[in-house]
Amino acid sequence: MEIKHLTCICCPLGCQLHAEMQEGRVVSVSGNTCKNGDQYARKELTAPTRIVTTTVRVRGGIRPVVSVKTACDVPKEKIFECMKELKSIELEAPIVMGQTILHGIAGTSIDVVATSAIRKG
Amino acid sequence: MKEYDLVVIGGGPAGLAAAIAARDAGIQDILILERDRELGGILNQCIHNGFGLHTFRKELTGPEYADRFVQKVIEKEIEYKLDTMVLALDADKTLTAVNREAGLFQLHPKAVVLAMGCRERPRGALNIPGSRPAGIYTAGTAQRLVNMEGYLPGRKVVILGSGDIGLIMARRMTLEGAEVRAVAELMPYSGGLKRNIVQCLDDYGIPLLLSHTVVDIQGKDRVEGVTIAQVDHGKPIPGTEVCYECDTLLLSCGLIPENELSIGAGIKLNTVTNGPVVNESLETSVPGIFAAGNVLHVHDLVDYVCEEAASAGYHAAEYILRPVQEAATVLPILCGSGIRYTVPACIRPEALESEGKVNIRFRVDNLYEKKKITGYVGDTLIFNRYRKVVAPGEMETIQIRCKDILSCSDAKDITVKLEG
Repeated sequence: MEIKHLTCICCPLGCQLHAEMQEGRVVSVSGNTCKNGDQYARKELTAPTRIVTTTVRVRGGIRPVVSVKTACDVPKEKIFECMKELKSIELEAPIVMGQTILHGIAGTSIDVVATSAIRKG
Repeated sequence: MKEYDLVVIGGGPAGLAAAIAARDAGIQDILILERDRELGGILNQCIHNGFGLHTFRKELTGPEYADRFVQKVIEKEIEYKLDTMVLALDADKTLTAVNREAGLFQLHPKAVVLAMGCRERPRGALNIPGSRPAGIYTAGTAQRLVNMEGYLPGRKVVILGSGDIGLIMARRMTLEGAEVRAVAELMPYSGGLKRNIVQCLDDYGIPLLLSHTVVDIQGKDRVEGVTIAQVDHGKPIPGTEVCYECDTLLLSCGLIPENELSIGAGIKLNTVTNGPVVNESLETSVPGIFAAGNVLHVHDLVDYVCEEAASAGYHAAEYILRPVQEAATVLPILCGSGIRYTVPACIRPEALESEGKVNIRFRVDNLYEKKKITGYVGDTLIFNRYRKVVAPGEMETIQIRCKDILSCSDAKDITVKLEG
């Protein structure tokens, strides 16, 4: 039996959660004051995911970088793989907001989309 | 130069929301003045997600959130001028501004909405000893350099202050390949959101040193290191100093509403918020000049900025279309135990719509558990809500029914406090 400690982010209370783990599965959660804490701990300890937001280089635009995000959550352990892949590409202006700039990041089926527009300039 | 009924100073979320609301309330000639090269304000550099959960029930990035308002401004054909700096505002609402096309020009609107936002507290305001090398930035400046200009300001970073921008930049610099060695926070608790502490620091193993501060900066041309010491009641404890080798120090030590123009217009400021004192219509002490967003008081959530600004825009429109006589009664809102400030600071019963509601936003002065937030008109209890926890870092709002205020006709004041 392994005990994991984490801080709940569901509300400003920030409960200190203690989760009992067995073979990678959450057996029980304590320290939470509502059911959201229980759910948060189970998700966070078994399949944590994050949206990755960063910038990508742009040629010929009014700004040298465009902000981008993964279209949905990616597994947390793939964050740096996403960053490495996005650092290696360069786009050409113009770019419109919402435009897909990369298909299937870091071996997933998740696309990366632009979150701002870059005019030619 | 064309004259306008309403001029909005600032094209960030507050300015855009105010202009849209004023247009919806029937004002034709509106002009937004923005000093940057595009609309959207600080949201343009906040490329992380988490904006808009309240308003749009969606997690948007800053630029996406701003775009929703920019598109509305364009749809509604509201005029705006970019790269335009307002230099002065007078009490008679004469505005002096400058840009490359028009040069220096003046406007004489019937009403003004102040939406200039806020500014970060710089090193000079923090009294950090040490030399003055390159490599010391406010967190927001670093954010702009990384996210909009495409520069990485440093490779080994220490961050002073655990406000949300500092936390967000700890993650951002880490993702870009820099090493963030520590975040030092003077207070025994972080001023940032829990979510940011977990997702920006804990996720990347960045230590948060509570009750610590920077007591020395080393380096001649460039930062070479900073010394961090533990503090007790704000004073460094001798013998606890630790040197951190780094090339960059980011400062995330609080935001100050940017009110130089307001002061010039003779607008009365609140010494707690550093923003204008406003009534229920978000009108300042100068009739016809309204304020909203971070220029009024620093917010945590842009959703509340826009909500507040829409109210300011609506009231500015009312002021233009249906001017009212000066109110006979003004009820001040008193800060009872646990309350640092309230916005608005006073309510004019005559200006209330009987079926309407008025928002009172405030911050508490400490971390409290199991408290009741109460509101009194005179001695009559009109609002009572139990809260499991309240924290200085999270702005609170209570909504009061206007008829509850109007029914206490002999009251002299309103009080908000924490009880229990």
